[in-house]
Amino acid sequence: MKKAKWLVPTIYIIFLMLPIYWLLNMSFKTTTEIINTYTLWPREFTLENYKTIFTDSTWYTGYLNSIYYVVMNTVISVAAALPAAYAFSRYKFLGDKHLFFWLLTNRMAPPAVFALPFFQFYSSVNLFDTHVAVALSHCLFNIPLAVWILEGFMSAVPKELDETAYVDGYSFWRFFFKIFIPTITAGIGITMFFCFMFSWVELLLAKTLTAVAAKPIAATMTRTASTSGYELGLLAAAGSLTIIPGAIVIYFVRNYIAKGFALGRV
Amino acid sequence: MNKTINQKAWFFVIPVFVLVAFNAIIPLMTVVNYAFQETFGNNVFMWEGTRWFKQIMLSERFHASLGRQFLFTFIILFIQIPLGIAIALTMPKEGIGVPICLVLMSMPLLIPWNVVGAMWNIFALPDIGFLGYSLNALGFDYNFTQQIGDAWFTTILMDVWHWTSLVVLLSYAGLQSIQPAYYQAAEIDGASRWAVFTKIELPKMKKVLTIAILLRFMDSFMIYTEPFVLTGGGPGNATAFLSIDLVKMALGQFDLGPAAAMSLIYFFIVLLVCWVFYTLMMRNEGNQ
Repeated sequence: MKKAKWLVPTIYIIFLMLPIYWLLNMSFKTTTEIINTYTLWPREFTLENYKTIFTDSTWYTGYLNSIYYVVMNTVISVAAALPAAYAFSRYKFLGDKHLFFWLLTNRMAPPAVFALPFFQFYSSVNLFDTHVAVALSHCLFNIPLAVWILEGFMSAVPKELDETAYVDGYSFWRFFFKIFIPTITAGIGITMFFCFMFSWVELLLAKTLTAVAAKPIAATMTRTASTSGYELGLLAAAGSLTIIPGAIVIYFVRNYIAKGFALGRV
Repeated sequence: MNKTINQKAWFFVIPVFVLVAFNAIIPLMTVVNYAFQETFGNNVFMWEGTRWFKQIMLSERFHASLGRQFLFTFIILFIQIPLGIAIALTMPKEGIGVPICLVLMSMPLLIPWNVVGAMWNIFALPDIGFLGYSLNALGFDYNFTQQIGDAWFTTILMDVWHWTSLVVLLSYAGLQSIQPAYYQAAEIDGASRWAVFTKIELPKMKKVLTIAILLRFMDSFMIYTEPFVLTGGGPGNATAFLSIDLVKMALGQFDLGPAAAMSLIYFFIVLLVCWVFYTLMMRNEGNQ
């Protein structure tokens, strides 16, 4: 029993890696090999698909657009959520519980419900097809999430910290930036990780709100898949590249993931 | 923690309130607007009252997609929650295995949803996909673009692949917070493995599991991109879940009135279930 324990996670990880391997496998194959034969690894190894993506501007601008609005959204969400989470963790005020639940309902709202009104709304304020539009629309679910996670971390900091600082003559803002924020760095890191993650993987709103100028990479892929039929190799290469930013981010927060989840606020 | 009453705290909340209200209230009002009126474009509206709501509530199409949605969500929860707990229990507790497991298991969570769909499409194709080819080679007549059962099987397997890790990570974090003293006490008492699980581990994981169920319910209830890319809702309408059906109605056919009414009903169902969860969760927190 004891010895077989590693078996379950191992099988699970193999199951997780198989489709990813298959995607990588496809991305290094030529189109003829993909269509004509079934091979477990690329027989004619080619980097042609990746070359196309890095030289064709319709492809690589997709990546830049995605990264641009994801970073913008992460910064906005965390910056707005910090003071709000502090308020929720430290004070009671009129309507606090209702406000908190109302915020959470937006995390629960199906994006499909918002697709059409967002399209009309952002068009009417002349923000359609801009990075700002996508970054702002992702605030709908990322800000509630950020408030929720940060509130968990802030509540874990004893209130004595605040009181001691005030006794020592710190003003509120000086305390907030010099003492409080450094003590919850891990929490902010986790929050940024989740904001990044949910903005990076969301496509429905990002696709609805963009046409050309701010089109995300994931939407570019959808176009290729539907119009030009069997460019599977190219599609696989583009897909493989979208895994990289996520993998980098996970690597940086690997020691905090479990801790972040431990607060049960995700 | 004792919180002080301070109405000025509202000033801290204002940025969040404005940003979310900008995104939530104004667009939601548009939906409400459409739900009660008929429009022929050019901003000409006619009052329709509750006609669209009646139409949606009575339509077989809505019943069918709602039924599919609930079935899908229940199957997902039924597989992912126990599987996630089982994997978390068998994961290494210390050493080099921990970061390896965490990083590898988090991978599926950070792949854009349509890439997940595309990846599984390639993976499951009967002629060139590993899964499809292997199943056919083993003698199964497998084709997820043609057969309803296969389409469901593939969609569910994809979701298990995509989201079980979230349950694993949450459960694992819950397990990590248990003090070793509990296990030592159980060992002295000669408790069985099953008793340790039901008497110590499960109660300690209650809070994170509530959140896991809540998150998995919400997200599987609004699933759109992955099945849309994988099956396009087909074959026929076999995997057209609520969101897929809604987008088809709103952006495809431009039936704004019924689509808006459906949005509101849809949102209301999600809200209701989540409110129940939220109340339960807050009550748990109060007990601690």
